Amino acid sequence: MKFGVVQFPGSNCDDDALHAIGAVIRQPVEFIWHESQQMSGFDAILLPGGFSYGDYLRTGAIARFSPVMKAVSKFARGGGLVLGVCNGFQILLEAGLLPGAMLRNQRLRFLCRQVHIRVETTDTPFTCAARKGQILQMPIAHMEGNYFCDAAALAELERNNQIVFRYVHADGREAGPNDFDANPNGALAGIAGVCNRERNVAGLMPHPERAVESALGSSDGLVILNSMVETLSRRTAERVSA
Amino acid sequence: MIDTEIKVTPQIAAEHGLSADEYARTQKILGRDPNLTELGIFSVMWSEHCSYKSSRIHLRKLPTRGKHVVQGPGENAGVVDIGDGLVAVFKIESHNHPSFVEPFQGAATGVGGILRDIFTMGARPIAVLDSLRFGPIVPEKAQEKSRSLAASVGRGDRGEYKTAVDSARDDEGFVSLEEIERNRRILDGVVRGIGFYGNCFGVPTVGGEVMFEPCYTNNPLVNALALGIARKDELFFARASGVGNPVIYVGAKTGRDGIHGASLLASAEFSEESQQKRPNVQVGDPFMEKLLLEACLEAMRTGAIVAIQDMGAAGLTSSSSEMASRGGAGIEIDLARVPQRETGMTPYEIMLSESQERMLLVAERGREREVFDVFYKWGLDAMEIGRVTDDGKLRVLNHGRVAAEIPAHAIAEEAPRYERPIAKLAKNPAAELPLVTLADEGADLNANFRKLLASPAIASKNWITEQYDSMVRTNTRVGPGGGDAAVLRLKETKFAIALSTDGNGRWCHLAPKVGAMHAVAEAARNVACSGARPIAATNCLNFGNPEKPEVMWQFTESIDGISEACRTLETPITGGNVSFYNETLGKPIYPTPILGVLGLMEDAECAIGSAFRNEGDAILLLDGLRQSLRDDHLQREFSSSEYARTIHGVAAGEPPAIDLTAEKKLIDCLVRLAAEHAILSAHDVSDGGIAVTVAECCFDSSGVGADVNLPLTNVPAEVALFGERGARAVVSTAAALLARVEHLAAECGVEVQRIGTVHRRDFRIQLNGTSVVQGSVASLRRIWADSLGEAIEKSL
Repeated sequence: MKFGVVQFPGSNCDDDALHAIGAVIRQPVEFIWHESQQMSGFDAILLPGGFSYGDYLRTGAIARFSPVMKAVSKFARGGGLVLGVCNGFQILLEAGLLPGAMLRNQRLRFLCRQVHIRVETTDTPFTCAARKGQILQMPIAHMEGNYFCDAAALAELERNNQIVFRYVHADGREAGPNDFDANPNGALAGIAGVCNRERNVAGLMPHPERAVESALGSSDGLVILNSMVETLSRRTAERVSA
Repeated sequence: MIDTEIKVTPQIAAEHGLSADEYARTQKILGRDPNLTELGIFSVMWSEHCSYKSSRIHLRKLPTRGKHVVQGPGENAGVVDIGDGLVAVFKIESHNHPSFVEPFQGAATGVGGILRDIFTMGARPIAVLDSLRFGPIVPEKAQEKSRSLAASVGRGDRGEYKTAVDSARDDEGFVSLEEIERNRRILDGVVRGIGFYGNCFGVPTVGGEVMFEPCYTNNPLVNALALGIARKDELFFARASGVGNPVIYVGAKTGRDGIHGASLLASAEFSEESQQKRPNVQVGDPFMEKLLLEACLEAMRTGAIVAIQDMGAAGLTSSSSEMASRGGAGIEIDLARVPQRETGMTPYEIMLSESQERMLLVAERGREREVFDVFYKWGLDAMEIGRVTDDGKLRVLNHGRVAAEIPAHAIAEEAPRYERPIAKLAKNPAAELPLVTLADEGADLNANFRKLLASPAIASKNWITEQYDSMVRTNTRVGPGGGDAAVLRLKETKFAIALSTDGNGRWCHLAPKVGAMHAVAEAARNVACSGARPIAATNCLNFGNPEKPEVMWQFTESIDGISEACRTLETPITGGNVSFYNETLGKPIYPTPILGVLGLMEDAECAIGSAFRNEGDAILLLDGLRQSLRDDHLQREFSSSEYARTIHGVAAGEPPAIDLTAEKKLIDCLVRLAAEHAILSAHDVSDGGIAVTVAECCFDSSGVGADVNLPLTNVPAEVALFGERGARAVVSTAAALLARVEHLAAECGVEVQRIGTVHRRDFRIQLNGTSVVQGSVASLRRIWADSLGEAIEKSL
């Protein structure tokens, strides 16, 4: 089992992701340079946070054209696990690997704080180790995390159970309209993370890699990384028994 | 465009800010008249900002040695040994004038500049703190007075009205509503600028402080401190060596931006025309700097780099001449080879440009390729523009023709040094102002407490700090609002580093030496409250025009205070920055030395936050001073407090007397208590006194309150609750550990008083059994948490 963390010029959570995977959950992990198209040997790809290519034009808009994203798309089509965090989520949206788009935070300011998100489905490789309805505390740090899609797309997300995480209050209550205490960026329907229809690609704005050691405030992000490890172990076991 | 061929005259030299004597000195050094490019080079390098010509002889008094110090002042940043083969590289620097002229870019490039100072030494930046000072963002008590004064003059003669306002203006406190709105916009721009740069670069902004005084209305202060970590044996210095070695330019292309930023913007007072200096403000690109960081660190690992220096103030001029001078070598560069963003730039413009995100380095001849490859990988320009020579000269060619030739040492080190006249103020106007009337039986302590919580100086700074990524790089153990100092764990070690910046301009204004001592003591105390032992300091000295004898008096007094405090507290100064000419239309700011103190914690698990933890824990007051205040000083000292300012509109009297030995005892005590896991929280008593300190311990918690009973003393209620004197901290501990705390404190010579108990959700302070301040923590927290954001967003 090997994780790959993509490094775009301007990625700045790449080291943190490598630390979380390599030093905390102790799984093999390597960087993948943005010009690389080599995905063989990797079982899961993480697109980290940061400001890829400076995020000029629009967040993630340039990164989607990078050589590595061609390979990531192919990897995803082949069923590989792809997780985008923050800027990584924005890139997956721009690349069309996930539905929807990201607007600026409703109050037009960068926001860094601890938030609470609720696991809306455990039927993904990223949440299978969690309980449905489990509340996770994790930090956000972004200017564009206001998730948006049209009504038809939202209905489709709901129907297919593709909304993976929602911003909620600490006690699990859903955020009301303009309830910035719970839904800090004003995301549509409180959406903090979604997956694709095939469920092997997911993105979220909060940073699970920053929530893997309780000494730094929370270790709730571990459940996401551990879900991926579980999924990959299961796949390996299935391959072996097949 | 500037015509380089014109002949330099004394008049042109004067326009460049060089005095007649300084101009004569350039002629003597060269043995001829300088040409315009050479004049430009002298003018920036001999500017106050780059040469420290007014401060240098005084800075020598600062203690700069200590067992941890690896590199003191004189390099790009200070370096201290933290063990395990690692060093902490840190420095604080100002970007005041640019931040007034263009708040967003001014603050952003301030952060960019200090980050480059850190990574140019081979250290990866892991934290930034910002010390900010603005004019008031809400109408103040003093101003209400002024307005009622103006109103009482009424609709009478227009001239009479103006006179009343003018006299109010002289009365220190007056700031117009337009100015208040502008102060909010400046604050907003500065905060967005700091966030823009740090967030993208990927360094957490973990702390700092913000204060408001009328004197900063036309001259805000933006001081940024950066910390980096490196291996001790992998440090890089800016010392060119190896004749024939290539000089390589890397990073962003050179444009016309920022020309004379250092000399004209940073080294002169503001006038009515200052807004015209906007083109002198540099423009920052944090993405470019992030690439430059990664490329520089990677290139350093090749072993092919001999020396490296960032191009900050005075750009190519300072980096080339300083590297040559420090290395005892010469450097020859050809400007035709400098990557340029614009066409037709003259040698004068290229040498003086302060375009951001550029570095100059010397590589080993024959290994250039290795360096180039790294920079190309990161998509950056890297160009050999010259070579190291043995003639000690900075020779600037333009397409092979000599455009400037000056001994490097003369530019970098032979600026004039001034022993400027010093004169103590005949009488300190603020010291003559009426004092707070004490024993005011009618004081509504409950209402005043709430007013204090809502005042911008004391209210939560969450609105600001949430706009900064405070967690990237996953080292932030204690971040903004979590404790008295920021605490960063160091991965792969057990260590943590704590950092705090502090400075009280009002106190320095009233008594510069004592005020400066307090700045050191408070920063060190904050670091100790977090559980770390203070080991070193950096300082940013913000003052008015040094050509004024009274300003020089404030400056030298402050230096004396810092020196004495740093000696006693064992925190040598490892670097920093002097910012003079902080005045507008002849009115100087309060003398504002800002101290950044760095502490070391051998076990990161000992980190302590300020929040109370569990219901039932004991609340203790640690007091290093022991003896009570002398009555005759009480009123004078209380008149300089935050309470006096907010509630009474008074900023007068003198700062609390300081006892450095007591401060040292308290620091030692706090460090020991943390190391032995004897306490659960610690918060020093500062702005707003014990009442505000205890409240803050509740606000940062998960919802607990406090029930405090202050014993009978002979001081008035207001002073007991809100008085500010040093060497005190509020700590909490489990009942079972109480005896242990008392024992350790006694050993350290610090008095412990149990003043209360952590309560479920209510807040109450009694004075000798009579309840004087109370409320639910939730309602008090709302006042404290929301008022700053509401005040700022009012007019944005």
